[in-house]
Amino acid sequence: MTAAAGHRPKMPSASSILRAARRIVAGIVALAAVVGAWESYKWMGGRTGDHWPGTSFGLPVRTNDLIMPHAGSIWSTLWDPVQRGRSQTLAGFLLQSARFTLSEAALGFVIGTAIGLTLAVVMLRFSTAERGLMPWINISQTVPLIALAPIIVTWGRNTVLSDPQAVSIIATYLTFFPVAVNALQGLQSPDKADLELMRSYAAPWSKTLWKLRVPAARPYLFPAFKLAATLSVVGAIVGEISAGVKGGLGRAVLNFATIYSTGPEKLYAAVLASALLGLFVFALVTVVERIVDRNQANISVVSQAGI
Amino acid sequence: MNRKWISLIAVLLAFSLLAAACGDDSGGSTVAVENNGGGATNCSAVDNVSLQLQWVTQSQFAGYYAAKDKGFYKDFCLNVTIVEGGIDIVPQQQLASGAADYAVSWVPKALVSREEGLKIIDVAQVFQRSGTLQVSFADKGIKGPADLAGKKVGSWGFGNEFELYAGMRRNGVEPAVDNEIVQQSFDMLALISGDIDAAQAMRYNEYAQVLETVNPATGKLFQPSDLSIIDWNKVGTAMLQDAIWADETRLADPAYADQTTRFVAASLQGWAYCRDNVSECVDIVLSNSPVLGKSHMTWQMNEINKLIWPSSAGVGIIDQNLWDQTVDVAVTEGVLSVPPDEGLFVTKTNFYAEAAIKLLKEKGVDVVGNSWSPISVTLNPGGE
Repeated sequence: MTAAAGHRPKMPSASSILRAARRIVAGIVALAAVVGAWESYKWMGGRTGDHWPGTSFGLPVRTNDLIMPHAGSIWSTLWDPVQRGRSQTLAGFLLQSARFTLSEAALGFVIGTAIGLTLAVVMLRFSTAERGLMPWINISQTVPLIALAPIIVTWGRNTVLSDPQAVSIIATYLTFFPVAVNALQGLQSPDKADLELMRSYAAPWSKTLWKLRVPAARPYLFPAFKLAATLSVVGAIVGEISAGVKGGLGRAVLNFATIYSTGPEKLYAAVLASALLGLFVFALVTVVERIVDRNQANISVVSQAGI
Repeated sequence: MNRKWISLIAVLLAFSLLAAACGDDSGGSTVAVENNGGGATNCSAVDNVSLQLQWVTQSQFAGYYAAKDKGFYKDFCLNVTIVEGGIDIVPQQQLASGAADYAVSWVPKALVSREEGLKIIDVAQVFQRSGTLQVSFADKGIKGPADLAGKKVGSWGFGNEFELYAGMRRNGVEPAVDNEIVQQSFDMLALISGDIDAAQAMRYNEYAQVLETVNPATGKLFQPSDLSIIDWNKVGTAMLQDAIWADETRLADPAYADQTTRFVAASLQGWAYCRDNVSECVDIVLSNSPVLGKSHMTWQMNEINKLIWPSSAGVGIIDQNLWDQTVDVAVTEGVLSVPPDEGLFVTKTNFYAEAAIKLLKEKGVDVVGNSWSPISVTLNPGGE
């Protein structure tokens, strides 16, 4: 894998373009499959009166336009004005809301990641800390977010935090966990032999950390970052809904949920936008991972040559 | 040089850049105090005040938005931040915790909070009537609470069910025994889909949502004649709803007490403005929330006006009979264990409302609205 990765930067031509094209086609096919399944289920329900064909068993979800609007009407509502007499489309509004939620999520991600990494290093250094902290870290994630969200917002309002900042704290609460757990596991992952080698060099703890443990933790970290990034979006949206913070996707979801029976496709559109935002941050972390991988490959070639 | 480490934290950098790029549009809630150069009022100081709503922006709160937008708060030397509600935000708790200076809440819910120890008090009884209905399709033949026996009855719960339960009990129907109570979500899907026979609805919100839905049988919107409503005001179990609540402990402070009078006065002036300027108030609400439907919000504004006007004793004054009925229903339904401090509420509330009314009369504001009459609103599909 390292060898292949090492060669990649030199020839970004035909094969990589082909690979990208294949991925795009796969994405389109997957989307078409989902839409196709949605519409065929809906069509079937319409023909059988919401029963499995040839049986008297009811379908799990009814297929009328209120429960399952056509994929086409979800798509077309995106391009309608968000409010009568406004020039902004629903898509434009959702994009603007997504940007707002992203800003909250990004802050939550940064703080959560910093806290997670710090905790991991502290727990690595002091095994008493690991024994003492780990249970609390686990317990922290069993507290339901919707119980916590209003408390954090109320605290925030009694201090200097704005509501969106309080929402970022809620996102932080979700993001630090996977980072702390995975980073600790990664930092503990080097072989005993490698650690003993470092010890035989009389390398100080910090050197062992930078030269051995951190590089070894990298494969553990990126999955955690990906999880944390999507969780930061979830945390931001849940926080917005819970606390009624204006401007983001959570608020859009809440607003459209209250008028679901008169415009179900709008809620579907808002939910889709939330999912896309999650995908977007996931992709962002993946891109960074690629870049890091590429540098890493070059570095290992250089350092091998250096040795 | 440690490029491995540097590239590792690239993720963090990427995200902090994003945070920096998008982070600032939330904006601070503080607005610079403007010099009222051309204005007639002279403020030696401007008080920063926050108002916690029960729910997200809609015409139900138009009076407060109008008071802000039309500068009534400013005229009374106030700089008001309107804080919207959310699913888990309890306005009374926001008020009691100090996160908000005033809160809008229904009377029974706030009385429960008070019984639980929150020192909060009604300082203006804005809505004089209850807006809660039980709505069913006309062909179900549900004309009164007694007809709810044996039916699937939707209820929101969480303190929204007291009028419904009391109305049924007083007509010989024991909730969840003589019928099935179904937890209802905030939209009207369950009623329209036929999953429940009767649904809870606010006349200014969910009831209109049904009228914005196409009737599959006719291809046109549902009409009021397709529906039967039970109005708790007529049944006699209606409870007082939206009121402005203040922190009772802080009212001992003359500065907060004075600020309260001014806040109530400006808010009530906003409500009087929305009585006389329906379409402008709807536009103010719409500009504060770009997802709301225009015809739906116009309907809501008109219905809210019906709940407030006319206010025979003056806007914000508690109607003693309705207060007693609210307390009576709350106590007999076991919502409250004892009636709240006898007399205290009506006297204290009316103290601030009367002081506010005096200020408004000096400004020539009509605080009764006897000459007001509702407009007729045409709803569009989806409330647009």
